[in-house]
Amino acid sequence: MNELQLELKNQLEKYRLQKIEPHMEHDDETEEFRMDIFNELGSLGFTGMTLPEAYGGMGLSYEDFSIALCEIAKSSVAYAVTISVSSMVQAILNEFGNETQKKTYLPALTSGEEIGAFCLSESGAGSDAASLVTTAKKTIVDGRSGYVLNGSKIWITSGGIAKTYIVMARTGGEGGKGVSAFIVRDGTPGFSYGKKEKKMGWKVSPTRELIFHNCFVPEENLLLTEGEGFKIAMAALEKGRFTIGAIAVGCAERALDEAVRYSLTRQQFKQPIFDFQGLQFMMADMATEIECSRLLVMQAANDYDNGTPNAKLACMAKLKATDTAMKVTTDAVQILGGVGYTKEYPVERFMRDAKVLQIVEGTNQIQRVVIARNLKKEYTTH
Amino acid sequence: MWFFTEEEKDLQRLCKDFASKELAPFAEKHDHDESFNINAFKKMGELGVLGITADPEYGGAGMGAVAATLVMEEFGAACAGSTLSYLAHSILCVNNIQNNGSAEQKAKYLPKLITGEHIGCMGMSEPEYGSDAVGIQTKAVKNNDGSYTINGAKMWITNAQYADVAYVYTRTGSEKKNLSTFIVEKGTPGFSVGKPIHKMGMRSSPTGELIFENARVPATALVGKEGDSVYHMMKNLDIERITIAGISLGIAQACVNQCVKYAGERKQFGKHIGSFQMMQKMISEMATETEMMRSFLYTTAKRYDMGERGPSMAAMVKLALPKMATKIALDAIQLHGGYGYSREFPLERMMRDNKLNEIGAGTNEVMIMIIAKNLLGKAALE
Repeated sequence: MNELQLELKNQLEKYRLQKIEPHMEHDDETEEFRMDIFNELGSLGFTGMTLPEAYGGMGLSYEDFSIALCEIAKSSVAYAVTISVSSMVQAILNEFGNETQKKTYLPALTSGEEIGAFCLSESGAGSDAASLVTTAKKTIVDGRSGYVLNGSKIWITSGGIAKTYIVMARTGGEGGKGVSAFIVRDGTPGFSYGKKEKKMGWKVSPTRELIFHNCFVPEENLLLTEGEGFKIAMAALEKGRFTIGAIAVGCAERALDEAVRYSLTRQQFKQPIFDFQGLQFMMADMATEIECSRLLVMQAANDYDNGTPNAKLACMAKLKATDTAMKVTTDAVQILGGVGYTKEYPVERFMRDAKVLQIVEGTNQIQRVVIARNLKKEYTTH
Repeated sequence: MWFFTEEEKDLQRLCKDFASKELAPFAEKHDHDESFNINAFKKMGELGVLGITADPEYGGAGMGAVAATLVMEEFGAACAGSTLSYLAHSILCVNNIQNNGSAEQKAKYLPKLITGEHIGCMGMSEPEYGSDAVGIQTKAVKNNDGSYTINGAKMWITNAQYADVAYVYTRTGSEKKNLSTFIVEKGTPGFSVGKPIHKMGMRSSPTGELIFENARVPATALVGKEGDSVYHMMKNLDIERITIAGISLGIAQACVNQCVKYAGERKQFGKHIGSFQMMQKMISEMATETEMMRSFLYTTAKRYDMGERGPSMAAMVKLALPKMATKIALDAIQLHGGYGYSREFPLERMMRDNKLNEIGAGTNEVMIMIIAKNLLGKAALE
C-alpha cells in the first residue's frame, strides 16, 4: 500500500469503528439503513472515489477504491455494497453518458447526497440476463419524444432509497442486442416500488422490486443509442466483479480477526484454545486463503487501472474471494463455538452476509462459465 | 432403510404427516419472530413421541435410537428449531430421567413430560465450560437435613424459558470428577431463568441461562448418588449425538428435494437449469452425500439399539453429518441464486439452523478429539 492508501485505510478504520460498528447489531435485526452514515461517507469522499474531480469525484484508482471497500466491509458488508453499486452507476454515467447526463446526475451521486441503483435482473432473467422482458416502446407524449416502460425488476440493491436508477429494458428484438439502458429517477410517474425482500443477510441494505407501469421516460434519458444496453451492463459488471471481491476480503478479514482474538483468550482444558493444533491449522488456512484473495483482487484492480482489464482474472478474483469469505466466516463461527452462533459476536452476521457475495454480480457458476470460455479462447485462437 | 421394523415405518409416516401439517407451515414465522411453536410441541404429546425412548408404563413409546432418529429427520426437514426443542426435551431430559432416575423420580416426572403438560431441559454447559464440560463450576453443597444448596449458572440451555423440569449437572467435590446430577423444578426458590439468547439460527428454539442463587433442593432431587454425573453424561451422549445428526439428515434431504424441484422448474438461457452440467453435478453430489449420511446414521443408530457402545461410534456420526449438511444447504442456496438467499424459500433458514449442529452437543473439534483419543490412545494425550 502506498502512503495515500494507508491514509485512506486509517481514516476509514477510525470512521467505521466510531460511527458504523456501534449500530450494526441493532440495525441488522431491524433492517434499518442509515442515510446519515452514507452522507457522511460521502462528505469524507468515499462515495465517488473513482470519478473525475470535474464531476465531484476524487479521481482515484480502482485499487484505492478496493482498499476502501475492503475496510468498510470489516464493519458492514451492507454499506460497502451500497457504495459499490452506487459507484457502478456513476461509472456507467461517466463512461456512456453524454455531457448533459453527466452534469445532471453525477454530482449528487459522487457527493453521497444520493444513491444510485443498477437494474438488470428480473424474476425470469437472473443469470440469463439477456432474456429480460421489461419493454421500452418509443413514443411521443404531448410533443415530447421518449419511451414507455412496462415490466418489473427484482433484487434491486438500494431499491427505494436510491434516486437514480439505470434500467435495462427491451427496445428491440430478442437477446442482448435488443436491450437499451435508461436513466429513471425516483418519483417518475408510473415507476413504483414493489415488495421489499426478506433476506438471510445484507439486512441493512434494502433489496426491492421495481415496477414500471406505463412509465414515460424522455428520450434524453437513453444512454448511448438503442441496443447498447446490454453492452453497458456487461461493462459495468466487469468492474463490479473485483469490487465485490474486495468486499469479500474485508468480510473474511474481520472474521479471522475475531477468531484469532477469541481463541487467544478463551480457555478450555486449562489452555487458550488457540494452542490446539486443530484450530491453529484452521486459522492458518483462513489467513492463507485471504491473502490469495487479496492478491487476486488487487491484481485485477491494477490491470483495470492500467488500461489492460483482464476479464478472466476479474472473474477469478470474484470467485476466489467470495468462496473464501464463505469458508472463512463459517470457520470463524465454528471457532467461537456457541458464542459465535449468537448475536453477541458479529461473526454469524458476517457469515450470513458472505453467502450472497457468491450470488450477486454474476453467480459463482457464471464466473466459472466465463473463466472456462476464456480458457477455450486462449487455446483456440492460436 | 431395509432394517426398519413395521413399527418404525409407521412412526416415520406419522411424523412426516405431522411435520407437514404442524411444523412446516409455521417454520418461517417462528424463525422470523424468534418464537417457540408451543402449539406444535403440545401436539407432539398427543402424537406420542415426547417419550419416544421411555417405558410404556410412564406413557412412553418404549422405542430406541432408530425411532428417535426417524422423528428427528422428519421433524428436522420441516422445522429444525422445533426439532431441537423436541430433542432437548425427549432425549436430554426424558431419556436421562428414564435411564438414570429412581422409580419414584420416573413416576413423578415422566408422565407429565410425556403428555406434553410439562416441558423439560438439561443443564450442562456454563459460560466458561463448554467443550471442557467436566470442568463445570456450578456447586451443590449438602446441608445437615440432607437437602442441597445449588449456586452457579448454566449457559446455552435449550428450552430454558419454558422448562418445568431441569436435569442439571453440578459440582459436589474438589476432584475433577466429583459431579452430581439433580432434577430441579421450576418455582424452586433461588432458581431462575436469565435473558433469552439471540441466535443466528434455530431461532424457534428458545435458548437461555439457568441461574442458581442459593437454590435449595430436597435430597430426593439427587439422581443416583453423589459423583454419578460423569457416568450419566457418558451414558446419554451417544444417543444425543446420533439424534442431533438426524436433524441434519432431515435438512439435507429437504434441500435435495427442493433443488430437484427447482431445477425442473427454473429456466435460464431458454432451458431448465437442470440441463446444465454444473447444476447436475451439484444436485447429484448432494443427493449422493445425503444417501451416505442416511446409511451411516441409521446403521449407527441400529448398532446402538443392538447394544453396541464405543466412544467413536456416535462421535463419527456427529462429526460427519452436520458438516455435510451445512455444505449441502450452502450449495442448495447457491443453486437457487437470489431466491435461495431470500426468505421466500426455506433454504437460508435451514443453513442457519444446521450450523448449530456443528456446535451443539459437542463441537466438531471435540468430536475430533474423542475420535483421535480413541484411535491413537496415549499418543494423542501427550
